[in-house]
Amino acid sequence: MINLTINTRKIAAQPGSSILDAAQAAGEKIPTLCHIKELFPSGACRMCVVEVKGRPNLTPSCAFPAEEGMEIQTRSPRVITARRTIIELLLASHPFDCLTCPKNGYCELQSLASEYGIDRVPFKGRTRHHYTDFSSPAIIREPDKCILCGRCVRICEEIQGVAAIDFTHRGFDTMVLPPFEMDLSETACVNCGQCTLACPTGALHEVRAVEKVMMTMQEGKKYIVAQVAPAIRVSLGDFFGLPPGTNVTGKVAAALRRMGFRQVFDTDFAADLTIMEEGTELVNKIRKGETLPMFTSCCPAWITYAEHYYPDLLPRISSCKSPQEMMGATIKSYLAQKQNIDPRDIFVVSVMPCTAKKFEASRPELSSAQGVADVDAVLTTRQFHRMMQIYGIEFASLPDQEYDRPFGAPTGSGDIFAASGGVMESALRTAYHLLTGKDLTNVDFEDVRGMEGVKEARVTVSERTLKIAIANRLSNARMIAERVRAGDAPWDFIEIMACPGGCAGGGGQMFGYDPQRIEQRIKSIYALERSRTVRLSYKNPAIKAVYTEFFGEPGSHKAHELLHTAYVSTRSAITPYAPRGLNR
Amino acid sequence: MSRVFIGMGTCGLATGAGQVRAAVEKWAATRGIDMTITPTGCIGFCKAEPIMDVVTDTGHRISYSNVTPEVAGFILDEAFVRKNYKLDGLLGQLKNGRQPFPGIPMIEDHPYFRKQVKYVLRNCGVIDPESISDYRSSGGFKGFERALAMSREEVISEITRSGLRGRGGSGFPAGKKWELALRENNARKYVICNADEGDPGAFMDRSILEGDVYAVLEGMMIAGYAIGANEGIIYCRAEYPLAIERIEKAIDVLKTEGMLEKPVGGHDFQFRLRVKKGAGAFVCGEETALMASVEGRRGMPRPRPPFPSVAGLFQKPTIVNNVETMANVSHIMREGAESFSAMGTATSKGTKVFALTGKVVNTGLVEVPMGITLREIVFDIGGGIPDGREFKAVQIGGPSGGCIPAQHLDTQIDYESLKTLGTIMGSGGLVVMDEDTCMVDMARYFLSFITAESCGKCIPCREGTQRLYEVLDSIVSPYSKMSGEEENLLRFNRILNMEGLAQVIKDTSLCGLGQSAPNPVLSTLRFFKGEYDAHVYDRKCPAHQCKGLLTFTIDTNTCTGCTLCAKKCPSGAIVGEKKKAHYIVDEKCIRCGTCRDVCRFESVLVN
Repeated sequence: MINLTINTRKIAAQPGSSILDAAQAAGEKIPTLCHIKELFPSGACRMCVVEVKGRPNLTPSCAFPAEEGMEIQTRSPRVITARRTIIELLLASHPFDCLTCPKNGYCELQSLASEYGIDRVPFKGRTRHHYTDFSSPAIIREPDKCILCGRCVRICEEIQGVAAIDFTHRGFDTMVLPPFEMDLSETACVNCGQCTLACPTGALHEVRAVEKVMMTMQEGKKYIVAQVAPAIRVSLGDFFGLPPGTNVTGKVAAALRRMGFRQVFDTDFAADLTIMEEGTELVNKIRKGETLPMFTSCCPAWITYAEHYYPDLLPRISSCKSPQEMMGATIKSYLAQKQNIDPRDIFVVSVMPCTAKKFEASRPELSSAQGVADVDAVLTTRQFHRMMQIYGIEFASLPDQEYDRPFGAPTGSGDIFAASGGVMESALRTAYHLLTGKDLTNVDFEDVRGMEGVKEARVTVSERTLKIAIANRLSNARMIAERVRAGDAPWDFIEIMACPGGCAGGGGQMFGYDPQRIEQRIKSIYALERSRTVRLSYKNPAIKAVYTEFFGEPGSHKAHELLHTAYVSTRSAITPYAPRGLNR
Repeated sequence: MSRVFIGMGTCGLATGAGQVRAAVEKWAATRGIDMTITPTGCIGFCKAEPIMDVVTDTGHRISYSNVTPEVAGFILDEAFVRKNYKLDGLLGQLKNGRQPFPGIPMIEDHPYFRKQVKYVLRNCGVIDPESISDYRSSGGFKGFERALAMSREEVISEITRSGLRGRGGSGFPAGKKWELALRENNARKYVICNADEGDPGAFMDRSILEGDVYAVLEGMMIAGYAIGANEGIIYCRAEYPLAIERIEKAIDVLKTEGMLEKPVGGHDFQFRLRVKKGAGAFVCGEETALMASVEGRRGMPRPRPPFPSVAGLFQKPTIVNNVETMANVSHIMREGAESFSAMGTATSKGTKVFALTGKVVNTGLVEVPMGITLREIVFDIGGGIPDGREFKAVQIGGPSGGCIPAQHLDTQIDYESLKTLGTIMGSGGLVVMDEDTCMVDMARYFLSFITAESCGKCIPCREGTQRLYEVLDSIVSPYSKMSGEEENLLRFNRILNMEGLAQVIKDTSLCGLGQSAPNPVLSTLRFFKGEYDAHVYDRKCPAHQCKGLLTFTIDTNTCTGCTLCAKKCPSGAIVGEKKKAHYIVDEKCIRCGTCRDVCRFESVLVN
């Protein structure tokens, strides 16, 4: 431990920690605007400056290592003046439309201005302007609101390996834009929405959907149903001040019902369905000796990424639709038949932790032969919360309720789709059964769990060792895909999730890029899965029913028609960009 | 065989050295004289370009200034045919180790050169920069050979003993920088020569690269050996095509001579060199931005630590030194640390090259020992202010520096004394300003440069310098453009807070560019507060430079009513009857000064 003084207080800090980390560990709050815990500091915003004795200028605490004997002032008049001036400077070129901004109440600039008591903006002059980019089906960019902290740029490049946006122009005219000032839809953007999590202001946010859902509900012409993704139950609590990862499954079902959804389904069911289809696909490939590895297809951002960057690997990706789409397709076929409703009258709203699901739902191929889309509207976790607010739902007082049958009684295998490694784990359990006809004695695959970017494991299934890999964050997916492309991949089955930690860290969750919070959600999901009576997809009674009553068997013609899809190369107009190390 | 030397650096070429060369060739051809023409770099006396030297039968080299193609023929006739060397434009003879040529003054006795000490510029304008044998015969590569005979630590300690500090601006001790890089245990290390010279009015690096490119490359090779690097990169701005051409040629020559990309001197040390062209961003002179640019990224600085000597280019240990530093290294290694440390002050050793420009009689590149006073540079070397004007200040250190007024002319120049005066050594831009320069307008100019060149990464630099610029702009703009009482009050408030904003930018910016961006404002506020006051309170520009604050009036007593001004006025602001005094309508006047220029009776008054 190293010893230093912060504002007259003597503290000890971990060697190698930054001044910021040391101060935060000691309970001293230092404001930041550009800092991302996981990434190397960029030092762009200068909000975190502190006074270090012996250094002539103020020191950015995020980028400067704590040293033995340092004397640090985090709130001297000089520091406060600097921070206030920086906020004032940002406000001077910021559009003052806070009351009508989608980020109102969640904006970090707004909070800082309030915390530092900024009551006027002493500067006035030129502002920069760029039109709002509505081109993407998932993400809206409002460059006017951008404070150029660069978080989105770094997330997109360093974590996702996409680099769809970067700094352009110089000096005061600097802006974060797609290459050549193209619109976002024209770029290699995969709609993952990590940038919307990272953005401290309203410059990046998801496409609106609440209005469409409310309108449909008010018109009353449609049979409106909801499906809720596994990750929502452990992340929605963030909006109500609950500890990170709190499980609120029952309240979500109750809230949706109270809001007026005719039926409320758990996407867990479709996760089980996915496992049946994908597991069967994998087992068939193994049996037929087809080229492996096979990639999972649950993550729409990964699919887009592969379509952009790895069109040659598309045949290796499972043809299964994602659980969201399978759920929609099953509701509009099986359920419609069963309950005698015209599929065209059903309006499926998904509540997803994801912005890419919005794009996915808009894909024309993901609809039935009659042109009925599988899913009609996608609400992110944030938008679901917004709608609850508008509808005046008192979350805390809601009772715990069950999801509707025939899809109810979720299994543990469905739950863990929320976490990176979950799809893999569930698939292995079922594949084992499909290959051996037996049940696994120990269903817990600890090796595949956790936030780590790339995980590998071996599973022995009846004399055959399956080599598997799991990646979250697309920069890790790239490493794996490159090896597969080069023919240097030892794996049989690969799970890819675009977001850190999987859907638990999805781009549609509560604002803020916070790996610790994601970890709590994941922990909570695995706790929930252990508590389930049924933990294996193929043992889910509802799954058995849907196959006997409707699809026949996994991989049947009908299942293929409704639950599988195909991919197309959409290699973007620009040459894919290969990131070169970290931007330090 | 007859021989002439022609200064053919960019400055010489710009003033017509190419035509002079053609004229010399034609002269020789028509007379059937076997003539060797050796192009050299720039000797530093820009005002005297083009410069041509003729070599006498006795082997003496005599220099002539301001040689036009017509004058060239005359000089050649006189020198080679009539053996008459005392001609107009004579600068003097160059030292060549022999008895001086009788009757011709030595060039170092010329007032422009008398107080200069040519240490790093010794070869510029003297040797053919493209000839490696010329460089060798001037002692070239002796330093490199000496270094190879020493251990790495010994080389570094030699540099440390010389007291050489980085000539790029902040003056970090070169030896210390190298030592930090040597300490790093890494199979790949880099040496970068920063030739991204971007200060307005500075051209030291260009002249050295154009005039003595091998000295720079030798310095890099020595540095490479000293820290154990495998590769050297010269980051040169693309606006220096001649310098780049000479570097590339020199690298090719070194390769064919087996000095690069092969083990040399019985060591396993082998070194490769390459040029990276900068695309013209000022901020890429900052070392971390420079390295990002070499890596192919957007040139934006990053926080330090880690310092480049630990994790630099491609995360490998890297040293970045400027052109002048590298050139000094080769001379220090050849002549020993004492040859350098004997000059200068206690903390700043050796010489410094300055680009002397602005309102001064002799403009050009001057190399002076550290510790010389500004007065000596401006008045003895520079020859004072032209047209009998008053000296006002010098701007030193470019847009990152500050101004030094007359009362500090006797300050001995070194890194520390300049810092006390609120400016920096910078890379060596020295702009002289006379009484006609408005200091507020000057600060505004440098701020406009910075706002355009900021990389846009950190908030204080990107947003702050823009606001600072706008405040300065409002000071020099007329009130009438503003709207209302409240707006004027706010504007006044911003002016009062200007210094505070400047301090925050200085205090919080990420890199040297931002940290020094407010220097022109802060130093003019310090030394020329009165001028600001005159602008703000009296709405007058004492130097009559800020158009927005000028008022044009017609002296009704002397105006003859000739109507010429009214006819010429582009905005129709002058009214009056023929043969009667005219008047200027202030609201319509655009302050173009046409009326003053056309008036034959000096009746138009400006203040």
